[in-house]
Amino acid sequence: MERKKDNSAIKELIVPVTAVFIGLVLGGILMTLTGVNAIEGYKALIMGCFGRLEYVSETIVYTTPLIFTGLAIALGFRCGLFNIGCEGQYIVGLIGAAVVGAMDLGLPTFIHLPLTMLSGMACGAIWASVPGLLKAKFGIHEVVNSIMMNYIALYLSHYLVNGPIKDPGITSPYSREILDTAKLWRFFGQNSPIRVNSGIIIAIAAALFVYYLLFKTTIGYQIRAVGFNPEAARYGGISVPTNIVAAMFISGALAGLAGAVQIMGIQFKFLDIFAFQGYGLDGIAVALVGKSHPLGVLPSALLFGILQRGSQTMQMLAGVPKETIGIMQGVIIIIVAAEGIIKGWLPIRKILGTDKKAAGKEVGRA
Amino acid sequence: MSRLGKGINWNRLVRSRAFWLGAALVVLITVFSVNSIRSMGGEMFSYLVIDFFSTGIFMATPLILTSIGAVFSERSGVVNIGLEGMMLIGAFFGVMVSYFTGSAWLGVLGGMIAGGLTAALHAYVCISHHANQTVSGVAINVFALALTGFLLKAVFHRAGQTDRVTKLANWIMPDFFRNIPIIGDVLGSNTPPVYIALLLVVAAQVVLFHTPLGLRIRACGEHPEAADTVGINVTGTRYFCVILSGVLAGLSGVTLSLGQLSLFKEAMTDGRGYIAIAAMIFGKWTPLGAFLASLFFGLATGFKFISQSWNMTSIPTDFLLMLPYILTMLALAGFVGRLTPPAASGLPYRRRGSV
Repeated sequence: MERKKDNSAIKELIVPVTAVFIGLVLGGILMTLTGVNAIEGYKALIMGCFGRLEYVSETIVYTTPLIFTGLAIALGFRCGLFNIGCEGQYIVGLIGAAVVGAMDLGLPTFIHLPLTMLSGMACGAIWASVPGLLKAKFGIHEVVNSIMMNYIALYLSHYLVNGPIKDPGITSPYSREILDTAKLWRFFGQNSPIRVNSGIIIAIAAALFVYYLLFKTTIGYQIRAVGFNPEAARYGGISVPTNIVAAMFISGALAGLAGAVQIMGIQFKFLDIFAFQGYGLDGIAVALVGKSHPLGVLPSALLFGILQRGSQTMQMLAGVPKETIGIMQGVIIIIVAAEGIIKGWLPIRKILGTDKKAAGKEVGRA
Repeated sequence: MSRLGKGINWNRLVRSRAFWLGAALVVLITVFSVNSIRSMGGEMFSYLVIDFFSTGIFMATPLILTSIGAVFSERSGVVNIGLEGMMLIGAFFGVMVSYFTGSAWLGVLGGMIAGGLTAALHAYVCISHHANQTVSGVAINVFALALTGFLLKAVFHRAGQTDRVTKLANWIMPDFFRNIPIIGDVLGSNTPPVYIALLLVVAAQVVLFHTPLGLRIRACGEHPEAADTVGINVTGTRYFCVILSGVLAGLSGVTLSLGQLSLFKEAMTDGRGYIAIAAMIFGKWTPLGAFLASLFFGLATGFKFISQSWNMTSIPTDFLLMLPYILTMLALAGFVGRLTPPAASGLPYRRRGSV
């Protein structure tokens, strides 16, 4: 790896970049099919994301949770785990933050705010630990359990917000608004419609933290060793079960933090949800395109944040169905997952200088 | 071995899946009966029982079809999380074909083909390109949700749901069958996929466990190298099974859109694909087991609607809705019977010496 450094960077990037490119071309084709000029469509997308200060703010608002869930899933991938349960961990994170944030304990901001955040993280971490423990103890695949936990979280939240944590003052199924001491700082004023807030700083800090954790600490090394080859890690004296639980715990905490930041910076209360918000699923695309690297997750999250935000404006301004973006996203994930499709492609093989090996082993466990 | 009961191996009983399934069913029915007898007379009660089972089978049919597909796919060694998306695509294309041709049965065919093609994509990516099967499945779900929403706008020029189309007419059973109490009331006249699903359970069980084809399929999922050595075409078998699972998921989707409703609604599968996978696991990767688990999950979901329409307030419905998921996790953890998935399920197969 060290010997051919410049080439390896290209190797790492070529698949996601090509996949995104194919996705964009496909999006253009779909727009043309619906009778919209593709260039107009993409112009609407860019204008909708960066045309005005509010739009830039909204783009960042869309990006923030994707950074967290992208990091959560990337960290899981590094340990050979597929944390598909981010959706559920995000929901319990919302609830954890909404409940503690609304508690009037007479605490000052510098205690109440981190406490609220920690509560959301703890809920997510506990939620993720269940599949983690089941995997570590019984060897049950984490994917099925995570999916089950997603639905349990969804129904649990529905129950809670219609009963125990419902704001009695209003008829709608909302929880009580969190106190000012638990709210994140909005850059343009607490009541401003420009919603961008310090959540994005926390997200970037989280990315740096995960980078540090994975590549500069012992636990990070162990997590990666388990993901790379559990058998070898075990022979090397690394406890595989411990690291599986640890990775799921941290991953869940990140997904829970996504929920907490959403409550503390954007929603201020838990609003009843009837379907998954999609941040967990989008996080998978973010992690894959970011090559499961914490610093790759940042631009990747921004890309998908732009696409998500832009899909709305594309529909409004250019009449492009917003689902176009979803189709692109699905195709991008498939292509990155089956990187052999791209690596086996002749011009790409020439760039890579690998005419023989076209194996794909990166994503998750082989 | 505990010697608590005379002749009854309690340890084994407590760990058996049938015991828990039965116990859960008894609790469900008891809660249900106590609540209802209290509030109504005997004749009403028999209507209620019929309503209970009709709703149950109604809710269970899509689960049965999909979970049997899932059994085939996993038995051959390919995890198929994408069933949810394949159902959705089947549901949409069923309605679209029925819309343009006016024939519900052509719609069924269209839905099945669409589901099969989506599954073929999954198979291509997973089997030929050794991609991570779960990631591919998730991608298919994302893709299917978006594609159906997109086509809804592009073809029907509206959001949310399609126009009403010709739906499947009910099949009516002969008189003698309809006169059987309860069973006749529940199954006497129903939408065709219900009967197809019931027949399919038997057929799938026979094929998988009593034919050479079934043996080959199971060999590919347990030990592909060994299967390959004795001349079984692992790739071909896996392709066949994955595509079959997509066809069944498509049929299941059509059951929702053309059998139960007569239109397509955005995201109408609503997680049923995942419950079907849960049913497959709970049913120990056998068609019969998947059928029983689907039926149970169907009854549990049906209970929610019944308790609403008959104005009963007992357990909060959210907890009932959680039941399939909680039970599946317990089952997986070994608290409810032992489960052993096919050994090679989820692992791509590369022939030795090939790239």
